[in-house]
Order: sequence, then C-alpha cells, then structure tokens
Amino acid sequence: MEQSTISPEEIIKTGTVAFKPTKAMIDTNMSYCPGCGHGVAHRLVMEVVEEMGIIEDTIGIAPVGCSVLAYDFMDIDMQQAAHGRAPAVATGIKRVFPNKHVFTYQGDGDLAAIGTSETIHACNRGENIVIIFVNNGIYGMTGGQLAPTTLPNMKTSTSPYGRDVDMTGQPLKITEMVALLPGVAFVTRQAVHKPGLVRKTKKAIKKAFKIAEEKKGLAFIEIVSNCNSGWKMRPDASNIWLEENMLPFYPLGDIKG
Amino acid sequence: MEEVHLMKGNEALAEATIRTGVDAYFGYPITPQSEVLEYLMNEQPHLRTGMAVLQAESELAAINMVYGAAACGKKAITSSSGPGISLKAEAISYIAGAELPCLIVNVVRGGAGLGTIQPSQSDYFQAVKGGGHGDYKLIVLAPASVQEMADFVDLGFKLAFKYRTPAFILSDGVIGQMMEKVILPPQQERLTDAQVDELYGDWATLGKKKNKPRNVITSLALKPEIQEEHNHHLQRKYAEITKNETRFEKINCDDANYLIVAYGASARISQKAITLAKEKGLKVGILRPITLWPFPTEAIQEMAKQVKGILAVEMSAGQMVEDVRLAVNGKVPVEHYGRFGGMIHSPTEVCNAVFEKLVNC
Repeated sequence: MEQSTISPEEIIKTGTVAFKPTKAMIDTNMSYCPGCGHGVAHRLVMEVVEEMGIIEDTIGIAPVGCSVLAYDFMDIDMQQAAHGRAPAVATGIKRVFPNKHVFTYQGDGDLAAIGTSETIHACNRGENIVIIFVNNGIYGMTGGQLAPTTLPNMKTSTSPYGRDVDMTGQPLKITEMVALLPGVAFVTRQAVHKPGLVRKTKKAIKKAFKIAEEKKGLAFIEIVSNCNSGWKMRPDASNIWLEENMLPFYPLGDIKG
Repeated sequence: MEEVHLMKGNEALAEATIRTGVDAYFGYPITPQSEVLEYLMNEQPHLRTGMAVLQAESELAAINMVYGAAACGKKAITSSSGPGISLKAEAISYIAGAELPCLIVNVVRGGAGLGTIQPSQSDYFQAVKGGGHGDYKLIVLAPASVQEMADFVDLGFKLAFKYRTPAFILSDGVIGQMMEKVILPPQQERLTDAQVDELYGDWATLGKKKNKPRNVITSLALKPEIQEEHNHHLQRKYAEITKNETRFEKINCDDANYLIVAYGASARISQKAITLAKEKGLKVGILRPITLWPFPTEAIQEMAKQVKGILAVEMSAGQMVEDVRLAVNGKVPVEHYGRFGGMIHSPTEVCNAVFEKLVNC
C-alpha cells in the first residue's frame, strides 16, 4: 500500500487540510453516477493544468458522451465537439494558437468508433496536443450499449447475450495502434480506481502536457475506468470486475515514450 | 493602382482568402474546387501572412478544424463541392448552433450521389433550407463572376463576424472554373492575438483570464426551456439579418414585362438570353439574388406587381423557384426552367423558355 503524505493521526485532527480541491475545478455537483471514474480523471487533468500554471493558456475539448458536460466542471475555456471530432477541433485550435495548451477528453465510443479517423490522423500529424481517452468499454451516456472496446462475451444492452466477436470483431486496442505512429511521442495506459494508480495517472498526465508543450508530438493517455451503471454493478464490485477483466485485456503501463 | 488579373474563380477566391487576412484554411480535394487548396498550398501563405493551410483527412475533419479555429475568434474557411458539403453538414449545424463566425464555400457540381463533376445549382435547398439538422440559417452569398468570388470572401467574413453566424458562398462549377478579369482586393493584415482578444474576448476560447469569466463554446442545452430560448435568440438574429442584409441586383427591370429570377452562372447566361428576347421584341428583366438567404422576397413581390410572368432559371430540377413562388404567392405565373445533372442551359434555351412557359402558354 502506498503511503499518504499525511499520517492517519494527523488526518483525524480537526483543522488538518488533508485534501484541497484544485481551483481549476468548479465547485458543483457532478452529473456522473456515484462510483464513476470520470470525476477523478477530470480532477487530475485540472490539477495538472493548475500546477503547471497554464489555466490562462489552456483550451479543453469536451466530446459527445458522458463527459459532454466536462465544461460544466472544468473551470477553463472549453469547446464542445461533435461526436468523435474532438481531435480535428483540437487541430483547428492548435493551428491558429500553436502556443496554447490544447487537450481533448474523450470516451471509447467517441474516440475509437465514430472518431477513429480523426484520432488516427491527428496522431499521425503529430499535433502537439494531449488526448485523454477514458475507456470503460461501454456507451454510458446512451444507456450501456456495445462499444468498440467492449470485452469479448461482455453483456451490454446491444449485446444482451455477450459480445460475439465473430459478429462484431475483437475489442479495438486503439492505444496500441496509435503508438505505432511516428507523430505520437508518448502513449500510456493508466487507471484511477485505486489511490496509487491515481497518483501514477496524474504523473502521466503532467508528462503528457509537458511533451505537448515542448512540441515533441502528440501525447496519448488511456485511462481504463469503470461504468458501474452501464455494467449494472455496485461501484465497489465494478472496480473488482475492472481489475479482474479489463486490466488483463488492457494492461497498464507506458507503451511508448 | 488597381491590380487586374486574369484568373479562375477558384483561384481568385483562394488569393482573396490570403488578402482578406484569413487565419486558416482547412480543405479536402474534390472537383470542381480543388484549385482552392492547390493554389493556397502553392502560395505558402504562412510566409506571406502567417495564415495556416492544412489538407485534412476528410471533409468532416476539415469543417471541424474550422469549428475549433472559429471558436478561437479566428477567421477560418473551408471549401468543397456537394458530396463534401453533405459530409460537413453535421458540423455546419453545430457551428450555427454554437454561433461561430466562419466561411464555407460550395462550388456546386451535379448530383445526387457522386453525380458528375460538371457544374450545377442543385445544392440550393442544402445551402438555404438547412442541410444539417435543426432550426438554423446560413447567410448564403451567390457569386455570379470571378470578381464576386474574390469580393465575397471579405463580405462573407464581415457578415459572419457582425452576426456571429456562419456565412456560405454558394458558387457553381461554372463560376469556379471560368477565367475572367478580376481586381484583387488589397492585402489586409491578420488580426493579432491581442486584437482578437479585444474584439472577441467576450465569447472566444482564448484561455480563461484571471479578470474575465471563462468562455465555453457549445451547442448543447439539455433543458428544453433553455434550448427553446436559444432558438428564439437565433430566430431574432435571423430576422435582424433579413432586415439588414438582403442583397440583389436588378438588370433591365424598369420597363420589363417579364422577369427572370436567376443567381450565379444562370444569371450570367440569362443576361445574354434577355438580349435575345429584346431582339424578338420582348422586354425581360432579371432579378439576381446576391443573398439567397436572406432571399429578396420583397423585391420579387414588387416586381410581381409590374410583370406578367416570372421564370426562375437555375441549373436544377427546380429549387429556388419554390422561394420565388412563396414570394409571389400566386399573383402572377411563376415557372421554372433549367438544365441539370451537370448540363448548362444556353442563352437561346433560356430565351425560348421565356416564350414557351410565360408568353405563348
């Protein structure tokens, strides 16, 4: 188990600041289901933006999907893109503002199904942007349908008998695919369902923003996350299911750079 | 001294784009407008003005790049032809919903489907009536000369930024491909980032400044009450545009007994046709809509009091004619004439159509 910087004795003392929310997040109720990983992922991106002192020069792009309302939570200038088109929108911004920090925040349906072309070509051009790809293997927003990253035999509302890979193909490992492209400088797969993994993910996000800032190419971070509502599980059970099923198929760690 | 050049319509538009101080062009090759991207790539505008030019992986990507740049308060443009505009329709609706100023150009070819690469005017409905989803309008400019291909870049951007709404140039394969003399506009400086901040900092995503509220560009409103109010706001804006920006040209209308309503290449062809009609003793005028939306409804209504019949001439199976009929509202006969599917009507055919459909019927 990883050590907290504050001892348990200190945490229970009245007046101890154990956690301070980043001012780059809006203090409001999130629209995400209790137990969902999006909230943590949002906060990590915003903590990095605040710590790097780049709030005034960062433009984020929200996708279509559960995180379509990311701009209601991230207290920065943001654009909402059409389904799958966030990397093209990011390209448009970056070409007129080469020195601004630009990131997209996309789910698996947005990035790896309808937006596959925009994803691959933005990666291949080596746009100096950060792509945060939250993969929970399902379409959450629309009620839990089959996604390109749904695991074999996994039940969804449009694969009620389990994903039949003979009919719908194998889950798309788009993260490994984009790692093959020379324009992509950094590719990593992380998770946020445990404190230690949260810290690692934050480190990876910071590295990604620095790589894009230094114009070394595109930085791509997959965050394997849960969708307890879509998976029809309790939050704690969904995290165990993620460990036992998602991670063997989507192993964590740096893939490139 | 004025710079007079002999240029193709597509090239004049591309050169005007650089001279208008545009910040970015995003495109994808399609006949009959590929010269726009080719010309820009050859000119290396990043060396002349700092303008960015990028060949996108698809029309979808190109228009979404325009979305991103336009949302930053920058002047962004894309061009295509019918099949590509169909692909762009999704993002055009988003751009209209999010109220982003930009310029979209369609050099129309014959459809439907892959159709033909020859000129047509069969994308009128797509440009004027929607194309994408939802209650939105585009300011649609219809150039009838190479000169207007050049001039409408500046006009399009001025209108787009004045009203924070997308503008659209509905050209056609004739105007895009033909060569004419053109007086090129003078070089305008691109706005600096500081100027963009000063002019558009109240809405554009430039990065959240400490002393300002943040800016969010979106077309989403999950609460229907909010979406309804947003739609009312758009409709009020469209009413304002209709009041202020309707443009048209009247040719030989003063003592005309019959009227042709035609835009773009058909207006040029009709000019010769009315000369032929005059030789046969018939006084025919032309009302040329310069803006197809807003449509010159009142000007046509006025002419309907004067003439015995109106012919809508367009290279389509009959699209703009519906707006002419709505304007005239049955007061005088309104007929349609036009070759289509990539065929171009001749002045003689148009002249004959005036006699057959209006005079001798």
